[in-house]
Amino acid sequence: MTLFRLKEVSAKGVLSIPELTIPANKVTCIVGESGSGKTTLLRLLNQLDSPDHGEIWFDQRPSNEIDPIEWRRHAVMVPQAPILFKGTIKDNLQIGLSFAGKPEASDEQLAEALRLVCLEKDLEQDAANLSGGEQQRLALARAIVMNPAALLLDEPTSALDEDTADMVMQRLTAFVRKRGMTVVMITHSRHIADTYADSVIEMKNGVPQGNGRDVQ
Amino acid sequence: MNGTIDLLFWQLAAAYLFVLVLIVIVRMKGIPREKEIFIAAVRMTLQLILVGYLLVYVFGHAHPAYTLLLVAIMLAFSIRTVIKRAKGKLSFAMKRCIALSMTSGILVSLVYFIVIVLRLVPWYEPRYVIPIAGMIVGNSMTGVALGVNSLIEGMHGQKNKVEGALMLGATPRIAARDIVNQAFDAAMLPTINSMVGMGIVFLPGMMTGQILSGTSPIVAVEYQIAIMLGIVGSVSLSVILFVQLGYRTFFNRRSQLELQNIDKQKHRTAKAE
Repeated sequence: MTLFRLKEVSAKGVLSIPELTIPANKVTCIVGESGSGKTTLLRLLNQLDSPDHGEIWFDQRPSNEIDPIEWRRHAVMVPQAPILFKGTIKDNLQIGLSFAGKPEASDEQLAEALRLVCLEKDLEQDAANLSGGEQQRLALARAIVMNPAALLLDEPTSALDEDTADMVMQRLTAFVRKRGMTVVMITHSRHIADTYADSVIEMKNGVPQGNGRDVQ
Repeated sequence: MNGTIDLLFWQLAAAYLFVLVLIVIVRMKGIPREKEIFIAAVRMTLQLILVGYLLVYVFGHAHPAYTLLLVAIMLAFSIRTVIKRAKGKLSFAMKRCIALSMTSGILVSLVYFIVIVLRLVPWYEPRYVIPIAGMIVGNSMTGVALGVNSLIEGMHGQKNKVEGALMLGATPRIAARDIVNQAFDAAMLPTINSMVGMGIVFLPGMMTGQILSGTSPIVAVEYQIAIMLGIVGSVSLSVILFVQLGYRTFFNRRSQLELQNIDKQKHRTAKAE
């Protein structure tokens, strides 16, 4: 099953993708040097940018047949620099659902999402006082609470120490496999790609090398 | 008579001297605005002298066409000024949005004021319509200009927040909501402040003018209250229309944030017109 398919896509003069498929219900890691087009690719998968040429399919449907806002509600992106909104941790967790026009989650669901990202904090705490790594995990938890078909994560563990990163990845991958969620994540960590990915896309100068090399 | 003219001349000269001192201070502080202040002072002088002669003619030859033409010219210049004063090169869509919101906001308020509040007969009486239009247009221009800059700065400065909301599936309206509200506040603040301070902190120009020309302060106050309400109405209407239409110009048909419509280099240096 393919969730995303790109054909003859070029964008912003940095990406050039003859063809690329990203499997559904799997964890796919995008690796590559800085400037190799990883974030640009992720933004295309979130419809935050459109390609200059070429076509992208989401769940077998071409982009022009899907409302971009609807698309983003099914394929939620978490940027590398976490975006926090005014208010408590709870407000920040609920705001994704509110943006997407979905009903609020219960406190239990929110607490579960926080446990998943190893951030066991009081829901009523002010989010502005969190450290960089905590903010990053809160932003990740917010996306998880939305229960989308796909999570698009731009270096979700870049601000975490190695042990915490490992723990978050362990819990996250177990969770998404149980839920049948798709994860596409950029990472600089070879270790994370090798340990947790079902397939790896290696970007080089805007071109994916091979197509989703499977990891044994 | 000669004495009066001399006095007037010296008074004016002193006023210009004041601005010259200001320019010197601004230059010494290294704030790159002396050219703007100078150009504004020269323009103001020329424009007022011209308008003085123009008004003498129009008041002596009242005709609907003259009144309408003058209102149209004021409106056109105010729109042009807002566009020129914006920090950055505006997209065509943004310019259209400024023109549309100012034209509708100002005309609706002006017509309401003349037809319903003042019940002017004839409706085109230039002695009333021109100064009132001037005040409504001038205040709306200031408001929309502040709104334009606040909206542009908000969209650039809070780009990550807007995109962060879009990534989670927010509509552009929701993603830009805070910025739109901030732009509205910024645009309305001078008008609200001037209402709050009116009569205590300062006496408004129109009222002062009427009192100086011999009108009873009570009548002057009545007019001032009415015109102030007209101004608030016009500024709010123009600004609401502007921010509601304006934020959309930052998003394309795929609901993606597009800041390319503004030249970033120019935005940063904010050059004089």
